[in-house]
Amino acid sequence: MREVQLAIIGGGPAGLSAAIAAYDAGVKDLLIIERDSVPGGILNQCIHAGFGLHTFKEELTGPEYAGRFIDEVEKRNIPLLLDTMVLDFSRDKVLTVSSRSEGLQQIKAQSVILAMGCRERPRGALNIPGTRCAGIYSAGTAQRLVNMEGLMPGKEVVILGSGDIGLIMARRMTLEGARVKAVVELLPYSGGLKRNIVQCLDDFGIPLLLSHTVVDIQGTRRLEGVTIAQVDHKRRPIPGTEQQIPCDTLLLSVGLLPENELSTAAGVRMDPVTGGAQVDDELATSIPGVFACGNVLHVHDLVDFVSQEAALAGRSAAAYLLHGEEAGRSIPLVGKNGVRYTVPQSLHPETMNGPVTVRFRVAQPLQNAAICVYADDRLVRRIPKRVLAPGEMESVTLRPEDVESYTAQITFCIEEGTAQ
Amino acid sequence: MSERILTCIGCPMGCTLTATIENGTVTTVTGNTCRRGDDYARKECVAPERTFTGTVRLLGSTLPVLSVRTAAPIPKEKMDEVARAVGTLRIAAPVKCGDVIVPSICGTGVALIATRSA
Repeated sequence: MREVQLAIIGGGPAGLSAAIAAYDAGVKDLLIIERDSVPGGILNQCIHAGFGLHTFKEELTGPEYAGRFIDEVEKRNIPLLLDTMVLDFSRDKVLTVSSRSEGLQQIKAQSVILAMGCRERPRGALNIPGTRCAGIYSAGTAQRLVNMEGLMPGKEVVILGSGDIGLIMARRMTLEGARVKAVVELLPYSGGLKRNIVQCLDDFGIPLLLSHTVVDIQGTRRLEGVTIAQVDHKRRPIPGTEQQIPCDTLLLSVGLLPENELSTAAGVRMDPVTGGAQVDDELATSIPGVFACGNVLHVHDLVDFVSQEAALAGRSAAAYLLHGEEAGRSIPLVGKNGVRYTVPQSLHPETMNGPVTVRFRVAQPLQNAAICVYADDRLVRRIPKRVLAPGEMESVTLRPEDVESYTAQITFCIEEGTAQ
Repeated sequence: MSERILTCIGCPMGCTLTATIENGTVTTVTGNTCRRGDDYARKECVAPERTFTGTVRLLGSTLPVLSVRTAAPIPKEKMDEVARAVGTLRIAAPVKCGDVIVPSICGTGVALIATRSA
């Protein structure tokens, strides 16, 4: 059986960044396993600009951002196993992988970094009534067809969901000559970034219909139209508000789900809110020597933060391999009053020798509120915010002095009103 | 004197900006949290610009298309024209990331460049 010190599952932005950081921290016997024929993951199809403002202080496209990391991986001669799918990984860190050229093989690793990313919520998860005709795509599938395969999925388009991929595809399809008739969003606010609403919808006069959803799909072989309706505050369609929109294509941009089949099969303890693993401040999962980062841990908005998080996973895996496990007391980090979750979900006060970035999302849009952090009952941080939105991940950096030797729990919550 | 409310597209923060316009020029910008917001509002009210990104047909490669962008932002009203022009381009592999595909796209004086190697 092939043996390797560190196996990284996934060669997207998280896997690449984790590999570079682990290598630089002293792990030279490592391997990135990627199912596509090229590294870079989803960045390869994200040809729009807007990546790298934090990391490189310039606005890059997805392929350019990926290229910078691929260059660094190549400089270090870190091996990439391409066109290879990990089918299974066990508690004792044996990976079963399959590829056309090598067939089935097993790889035994001392440490594993989970960097598999996420995938799109499909039509089947939405229960939209109507026929099962051609012309219905997830927004990311359409993005791959247009930007990598050079194929146009259709001419007259309706987009359900106002996530960033849907907004980006509204612009892309318009520039390629399609007519995007509307972006329909179930919630009373968009889950996408504000700048994408401006530059992808407003710039092209594409209407964004909030508190609306698709209630019927028509067409026998190919999609012929959809019926949309307004919804009430409980997200139920309001009778009498239906409108029929003729179209040949429906794109779904209705959320991303961390791709954790491997993790759950191996018995990694999961967080039901994020859909990712539960991790500590080193991004270690419940299985010793197994770490998680990027969109498989929790869905991010910005690749820059994926790269940062993955670099921490790489350094942590290196520390585990070179210095052994540092056990110690663990305390939970808890999200309350409007904070849906935190990543990490726990930290080790005794081994916390530097700042720890805690990332989280709020449950609903808020204005003039404050992010508050309590160590037990003691307020350690209060950050006033003009605007908070579920579509924009927030973060707070905890410092070692924020945590006392007797602290039992750290709570993150939202308090309304910014007055001190 | 008039006021215009804008959402900054300089970074993902999306600050709400208020620009005061007098005689066709922006005199003050408020609501921005960095320099980019000020720059954006001053340009957006007078001569809005955007970076174009798209693909061109690629010959002699396993990839059917190559991703491209304008090396700098171009006038917003040129976006449609540039999109149509880029749609007719055919280029031959090999190409390196950063290679100039068209030195000045649609007379903008801005180059169209490759954003990946193929």
